[in-house]
Amino acid sequence: MKTPLLEVRSLSTYFFTEDGVVRAVENVSFEIYPGEILSLVGESGCGKSVTGLSLLRLVSIPPGKIMNGEILFDGSNLLELEEREMEKVRGNDISMIFQEPMTSLNPVFTIGNQIMEAIELHQHLNKKEAKQKAIEVLDQVKIPSPEVRVDSYPHQLSGGMRQRAMIAMALSCQPKLLIADEPTTALDVTIQAQVLRLLKEIQRKMGMSVMLITHDLGVVSEIADRVAVMYAGRIVESGPIEAIFGQMRHPYTQGLLESIPQLKEKKKRLNAIPGQVPDPMDLPIGCKFHPRCHLMIDACKKEEPPLFHVNGNHVSRCIRWKECC
Amino acid sequence: MASNHYLLQVRDLKKYFYREKFFSSDRKPIRAVDGITFSIRRGETLGLVGESGCGKTTAGKAILRLIEPTSGQLLFKGQNLLDLDREGLRRLRPSMQFIFQDPYESLNPRMKVGEIVGEGLEVHRIVQGRKKIERVSEILEKVGLHPGDAIRYPHEFSGGQRQRIGIARAIALNPELIVADEPVSALDVSIQAQILNLLMDLRDQLGLTYLFISHDLRIVKHISDRIAVMYLGKILEIADGEDLFRRPLHPYTQILLQAIPKLDPSTRNQEPPAPEEDHSFSIQRGCLFQPRCPHTQKRCQIEEPLLLDEGDDHRVACHFLS
Repeated sequence: MKTPLLEVRSLSTYFFTEDGVVRAVENVSFEIYPGEILSLVGESGCGKSVTGLSLLRLVSIPPGKIMNGEILFDGSNLLELEEREMEKVRGNDISMIFQEPMTSLNPVFTIGNQIMEAIELHQHLNKKEAKQKAIEVLDQVKIPSPEVRVDSYPHQLSGGMRQRAMIAMALSCQPKLLIADEPTTALDVTIQAQVLRLLKEIQRKMGMSVMLITHDLGVVSEIADRVAVMYAGRIVESGPIEAIFGQMRHPYTQGLLESIPQLKEKKKRLNAIPGQVPDPMDLPIGCKFHPRCHLMIDACKKEEPPLFHVNGNHVSRCIRWKECC
Repeated sequence: MASNHYLLQVRDLKKYFYREKFFSSDRKPIRAVDGITFSIRRGETLGLVGESGCGKTTAGKAILRLIEPTSGQLLFKGQNLLDLDREGLRRLRPSMQFIFQDPYESLNPRMKVGEIVGEGLEVHRIVQGRKKIERVSEILEKVGLHPGDAIRYPHEFSGGQRQRIGIARAIALNPELIVADEPVSALDVSIQAQILNLLMDLRDQLGLTYLFISHDLRIVKHISDRIAVMYLGKILEIADGEDLFRRPLHPYTQILLQAIPKLDPSTRNQEPPAPEEDHSFSIQRGCLFQPRCPHTQKRCQIEEPLLLDEGDDHRVACHFLS
């Protein structure tokens, strides 16, 4: 039995606002193993981004608060570390990249400088060595003429190149885990294909683990090894990618996949999930998905289901998983 | 073809943006739409697809004269929209409507939903008073909302619901043509499916003709009869939707289709992706696709390819094929 690189146990992150409490992440548990790509997938408001931010303790406190849980990484519980110990983890052992490179990259510094910042901080190299390392990592992300581009400003690069620059920043200290939050959502489909391919290549070469946070099932299908589907702050299904795409066992996962127009079929009405996601401050009792579910029965309204074991590490939070889907 | 067969005929439409910077060393205009030609039959849906910067949104707005075209012909039911004066254009507006991409920006936050949907009815004096309220209720129900929503404000609704309000506004005047600019791109996947179904239902019920603009090829294929592929202001290929996907002829179309994730983990993309565009220079002559094209030859550097029929009304602009 392999040891996980990261183990999240019963993580709950809430936001305390004037209008009420938003239970953004509720009792979420999962593992990430060395060298694998786990995708956290779901629509807006499902809690996937907050989960990613919670791992690196980047949630704004207040109004946020990590209520309980453990985040076990490399022998320690990240939630118990002092802030200065946490700073040694961020950008070093665990890195993160975000959706909009233009807002994540500092516009008044060259990309070289921004990459060097992390290197100088974590690796105690001098400026010359750090710059050399920055050029190397730009080359790794296939930016042409890296020795010239290292002195470019973000606005001088195209969207795809900026995303590569951000990946370079994240990889500069060879992290064990990369958290990628919607890394290709803002990119054109042809550029997206390149960036995904790059991520997969680097991940394989470095033996790095990736937690890919996205709403895009297409992206998931291209690179993930395992998938965890989130809805209203909870994981509702998780398992190996072939199981999730081939034989999913939760009606929400089924609904998501059926919402995407197929390329082969002749046009007919899509099997859309009726209704919309619940107000996070006013979640339904019982299963959070039941108001929209075609398999709903009385029991679903009363008690929130646990995660049922389907097969191997494939689990589903649906009491009728055997009949689904 | 008789002119009443085609609802819309666009001929060599151009929209250039001229920079006004005083000290700009670069006085060349941005050729956002650079001579596009296509026609849409009544009841047909033409999908206009392309990546960011290709000019599809600008084209959509120029076609309805929401922004003024630089040159070209826009024949709506045989009449050139560019020959019309303000009043003439205004009188045609009920027949041609627009659905915007951003459900958060496209609705006036200070107007109630009923006012937003009913504004056109009021302005064009179609119905007023009690009859207007009834008509607004009818339209709201048609798009899956409640008549009671008329007294609420846009901020009280979710993204998907706001998009329904935008659609309600668009169909209120019984238009013949609707230009929909990325109508579902800002929505979650499950809501996208709902709105796409709604657009298709309305098309059947109301006999609408759509120009459907999107970067999402799956969605475009699902809703369109014919599809036009745009790149840097030009149409590179235009064909029946099924035909385009079955035999994409332009190298760019091939790259685009191949980049679409297949939703099947067992058939992951093995092909090397296309080279990225280089912004460090712009093409002055010949085909604009040269920097990214695997088949570029001498002729491509000199002569811009024309959109030519390759059979079955499948038109492509590429020297490599001829």
